[in-house]
Amino acid sequence: MKDFLLVFRSDLSNVPERSPEEMQAITKRWMDWIGSIAAQNKLGDRGNRLFPAGKVLRPDNVVTDGPYTEIKESVGGYSIIKADSLEEAMGLAKGCPILSFGGTVEIREINAM
Amino acid sequence: MKENELIPHLFRTEYRKITAVLSKLFGFEHIEMAEDIASDTFLSASEIWGLKGLPENPVAWLYTVAKNKAKNVLKHEHVFNTKIAKQLQQAGAGTDSFEIDLSDQNIHDSQLQMMFAICHSAIPVEAQIGLALRILCGFGINEIADAFLTNKETIGKRLQRAKEKLREENTTIAFPGKAEINKRLETVLKTLYLLFNEGYHSLSHDSTLRKDLCLEAMRLTYLLTENETTNQPPVNALLSLMCFQSSRFEARIDQSGETVLYDDQDTSLWDRELIKKGEYFLNKAAHGDRLSKYHLEAGIAYWHTNKDDTKEKWENILQLYNNLLSLEYSPVAALNRTYVLSKANGKAEAITEAEKLQLDNLHLYHLLLGELYTGIDNHRAIISFEKALTLTNSAADKKIIQKKIGLCRALTNP
Repeated sequence: MKDFLLVFRSDLSNVPERSPEEMQAITKRWMDWIGSIAAQNKLGDRGNRLFPAGKVLRPDNVVTDGPYTEIKESVGGYSIIKADSLEEAMGLAKGCPILSFGGTVEIREINAM
Repeated sequence: MKENELIPHLFRTEYRKITAVLSKLFGFEHIEMAEDIASDTFLSASEIWGLKGLPENPVAWLYTVAKNKAKNVLKHEHVFNTKIAKQLQQAGAGTDSFEIDLSDQNIHDSQLQMMFAICHSAIPVEAQIGLALRILCGFGINEIADAFLTNKETIGKRLQRAKEKLREENTTIAFPGKAEINKRLETVLKTLYLLFNEGYHSLSHDSTLRKDLCLEAMRLTYLLTENETTNQPPVNALLSLMCFQSSRFEARIDQSGETVLYDDQDTSLWDRELIKKGEYFLNKAAHGDRLSKYHLEAGIAYWHTNKDDTKEKWENILQLYNNLLSLEYSPVAALNRTYVLSKANGKAEAITEAEKLQLDNLHLYHLLLGELYTGIDNHRAIISFEKALTLTNSAADKKIIQKKIGLCRALTNP
């Protein structure tokens, strides 16, 4: 088994207003998806969500407010899953709810140091 | 209580106290000496009480005799010269003023400290459970062998090896330091959890013995809640879980000793008092920032104390299982989660998820598939149940599965 990092990205500039019930329904979808991976014994680390605010340091002491200046999508969270191959990892990632909200999942094999 | 019942009863309650206090005094390396003195005390009791009748206060009698025997042994033993004498010298006391402390407080502390000494990650967990049953619960080797469905010799050897290993590790009977206590407490809780499960899920047909295992696990967990240092949220969560589970003890086994499944249980047999206690300890567990697996399992057990089939119930249980599996995978949790998924999100989704589990070698897996396919594809349900049948040796399981096959056949040929 290899470890794969899943990076969740979405367009934070364009988040619709949601009622508490809608938020709860979305959380449930995330949890059911994570639970499904965990039930297959393929969850490495549930990971975390990230707050939207952040800073980016660039060479020569240039500081910007997050990475949003050039691209609309920003990282909203990450998880680590276990799979035998990139294809299998992609199969597990396919159920990620972010895909139905226009977001993306980047799947990268972890090259352990 | 009659005399022939009194001694076994006192053995259960007092043997462990005498052993714990003396072992603490002598040091773990001399634990057998402590056990011998405790056993010897009960031997004297059965001889003398048989001849002269019961003393006025049997427990006090036992403590006095145990103290005297201990003093006698100490005077002749190497341990006295090396260990106790030094302590006495430091205290500026002579041999005569030497006291063995069998006060409630010292008994309580010694038992807790013994629990930490025994629940040690250096020895296998089944050896930890065995030692706990012997030393902390006063079980006989025969009873332990029955509980583990093995023979006396195997248990004897297992306990012997475990004690030797603990001696090699220079185990002390003392509270772990502040920095270490959480890690050590985790091992203790795991052992108590497994001890309880051993009783709750044991294949042994001796239901009194099974109940005793559960009660002992609860008593030891309760001891932890009585001490300020160890009275932590996960301890209360574990005790809560044990209360909820054991509230169904009478309902889950019928008069002929057969298992009664949750859905078929008579809820009037559920112990309301224990359910209330479970809620009490679950509330006490609800602080701090760490959500242990015991919190999640207690939460699951809490929702099961209401048999009504509500959407809210199954949704809550599903999320608890999602969290539990994210924390720690186990095949049983994965199977249970999938069953709950069928209740919360429907059978179609559960069947898709079940096919991904890769637990083909477990009869419970095929039992689950059969359950999910029943009413949707009865032919596949029967195939799954039949597969489950080939994978279990338990007569009780076979009976339950056969019944389900019968129901499915009735559905296909009305």
